[in-house]
Amino acid sequence: MRARTRRLGLVVVAAVLLAGAAALAFVGLKQNANLFYTPSALALQGGPTPGLAGKVGGFVAVGSLVYTTGTELEFRIVDETDHIDVVFDGVVPSLFQEGAGVVADGAFNVDGVFVADRLLAKHDENYVPRELKDVEGPAS
Amino acid sequence: MIEVGHMAAFLALAACLVQTWYGLRGNRAMAAGMAYSALGMMSLAFGLLIWSFVTSDFSVALVASHSHTFKPLMYKIAGTWGNHEGSMALWCLVSIGFAAAGAWRLRTGRVEFEARALGVQGAVSLGSLVYLLFASNPYLRLDAAPLQGNGLNPVLQDPALAIHPPMLYLGYVGFSFVFALAAAGLIEGRIDRIWARATRPFVLAAWVPLSLGIALGSYWAYYELGWGGWWFWDPVENASLMPWLLGSALLHSIIVTEKRGGFAAWTALLAVLAFCFSILGAFLVRSGVLTSVHAFAIDPLRGSLLLSGLMAYGGAALGLFAWRAPVLKGGPPWQLVSREGALMLNNLVFFVATATVLLGTIFPLLAEATGRQMSVGAPYFNLTFAPIMAGLLLLLPLVQGWSWGAAKINMVWLRGAIVGLAIGGLALVSLWLLKLPLGAGLGVALGLWLIFGAGRELLRRAVTLKRIFSMPLRVWGMSLAHLGIGLFVIGAVVETSGRYEQTVALAAGEQAAIAGWAVTLEEVRSAEGPNWYADRATLLARKGSASATLKPEKRYYPAARMPTSETAIHKTGAGDLYAALGDRREVEGRTVWTFRIYYNPLIDLIFFGVFLMALGGALAAFGGRGKDPQMSARKTPQIDTQSEPEGEAG
Repeated sequence: MRARTRRLGLVVVAAVLLAGAAALAFVGLKQNANLFYTPSALALQGGPTPGLAGKVGGFVAVGSLVYTTGTELEFRIVDETDHIDVVFDGVVPSLFQEGAGVVADGAFNVDGVFVADRLLAKHDENYVPRELKDVEGPAS
Repeated sequence: MIEVGHMAAFLALAACLVQTWYGLRGNRAMAAGMAYSALGMMSLAFGLLIWSFVTSDFSVALVASHSHTFKPLMYKIAGTWGNHEGSMALWCLVSIGFAAAGAWRLRTGRVEFEARALGVQGAVSLGSLVYLLFASNPYLRLDAAPLQGNGLNPVLQDPALAIHPPMLYLGYVGFSFVFALAAAGLIEGRIDRIWARATRPFVLAAWVPLSLGIALGSYWAYYELGWGGWWFWDPVENASLMPWLLGSALLHSIIVTEKRGGFAAWTALLAVLAFCFSILGAFLVRSGVLTSVHAFAIDPLRGSLLLSGLMAYGGAALGLFAWRAPVLKGGPPWQLVSREGALMLNNLVFFVATATVLLGTIFPLLAEATGRQMSVGAPYFNLTFAPIMAGLLLLLPLVQGWSWGAAKINMVWLRGAIVGLAIGGLALVSLWLLKLPLGAGLGVALGLWLIFGAGRELLRRAVTLKRIFSMPLRVWGMSLAHLGIGLFVIGAVVETSGRYEQTVALAAGEQAAIAGWAVTLEEVRSAEGPNWYADRATLLARKGSASATLKPEKRYYPAARMPTSETAIHKTGAGDLYAALGDRREVEGRTVWTFRIYYNPLIDLIFFGVFLMALGGALAAFGGRGKDPQMSARKTPQIDTQSEPEGEAG
């Protein structure tokens, strides 16, 4: 009897814990799983909606990089067919440059411009952000 | 020369094969002999690989693609394991080394059990060696040797990173020997007190370096990546955290097995899982299935090989477990309110926490199967992992004094805790109403509570202050580790919620105000090192009477054709003033340099806390071997009369 009560108690504790964790995980994933968009994928979806958060990635269009103030910059992410305009305030990664692949983390503002909190560029010569491995560069 | 190494690795493989054969058949002497021979061969093989890096033998493909003559000697050596193939060779060496350590130190009086453990470990080493020699061979020559190598990835040219991989591998591979011991115990059908006593030091031998390895990696990320943070919930960080969490669970459950003979099946299962998660970690890192800054090489073949290895070994072990677990004997009965109950709760929480980390880590993979690309960021982990672990830590000081079998709840404590919780809840609500940061206050309170709990438990076991220094090392180890968690929690919470960061663009002579510091850019100059040149900024920071000079650099490594940033850190005692140099820009006709400047309060507590945990683990490992296991086996296995009130780690 005692063993059974103990087992029951354990099962209850475990069930409560699991249910709590599952609920947290569900809410957490629902709020925080960010989709990744390439410019053409976003265009297919009908373009950006204000407040849409996630990651966007492609190549930094040659000639699009402008430093607006000391720390802020604007550039355009392109793939074969479409583009996304991005603003970023901060220090850019070492290998960030025009023509290079980039993944930006952030959200769209009301003007359809993507406000990036973080930029991920190539980490070294051999590394391409995984999201970009299937993305084609702009037709040139 | 490298051909000799190649040959030696094959001989090591042969020795592992023979070791497996004799070991599984129960011949300890032969298995041990083979383990020592394999260690000799593999040491030679790995030593020669290091030698080819030291002498910059560019006819070896691996050296040509990862080394450079201008590299400092230390990084030539460390460069051996700073790449996929070399690190797999290190993995094999450590795996074989653990078998040899087992052959040397394992003395349980159960010869067949020991032989089988060596046999299983032989099979694990065998798998690693096959993977090394046939899928990631470091001993290949180039037809035409280049005059110069490509150089080590410069972000890896760093002292912390030189010892980070060996530490992690000691941890990952250490769990493979724990796994081998569990498999051997399952074959025998005896996961009991003697088994646990023999296995526990090996669990610690894996857990301690794994803790240090994770902390080193985190510290490296903090000062090298220039992002100011110390934990990014990157898949590769998670890959090392998951075996650590399961190892921590195992560390606690094996205490029940050792002291009471209980939790036998659960302990065995955890041993199997800790190892499976170590391989899963290797798979996540090496296959490139997840986006990570750590991915060495994106190679689907290696990934699928690792995955099949995981399936084969993990599947076999789980099958063995399912078949043999019903044979295992449990300990004496216990009630929910007992040390067993407390440790079971500990294990449940660690297990669930691991599950949430796993879910967040592989969720992008699951999503991709449905055709969407996703990522799961830090907010998910902060929402799930943090509160689950916080719940456990909140309970720790309350339950750690519970005795085996059935404990009486200390009513004074219980009332105190209820009052404390009520006050805490009220404070929480009022903070929330005032819109002040909740987490920080709660976190600091939790940390202090843990520190208090660790001290109180030490005192409770010592009974008097005078006896506190004659306490067994094991108890000291436990107290230090729990104290370390308290410090870690305070550091982690204060740093995360109190971190201040700002990006500034400064021309020479200009000033910016950051977190109360006035930071002036004095100049930016060129600098040069053995295999790099750099722009080095000189920042003068002042706050009241305190002043500091920060010299962040942006280095360029011509051999690797890539820049890195070298951050500058000024330790104030209460936190770090941290500067990373960005790029040079021409804005409105002026030349400005961008800087990312952070103030990270109490960050050292994070690393110091983990260090204390590892130190505690090391003390516990050395302090736990006082008694002869065969002696205690002859006693009645139910009550360990000598353990209270001197106590044992719990």
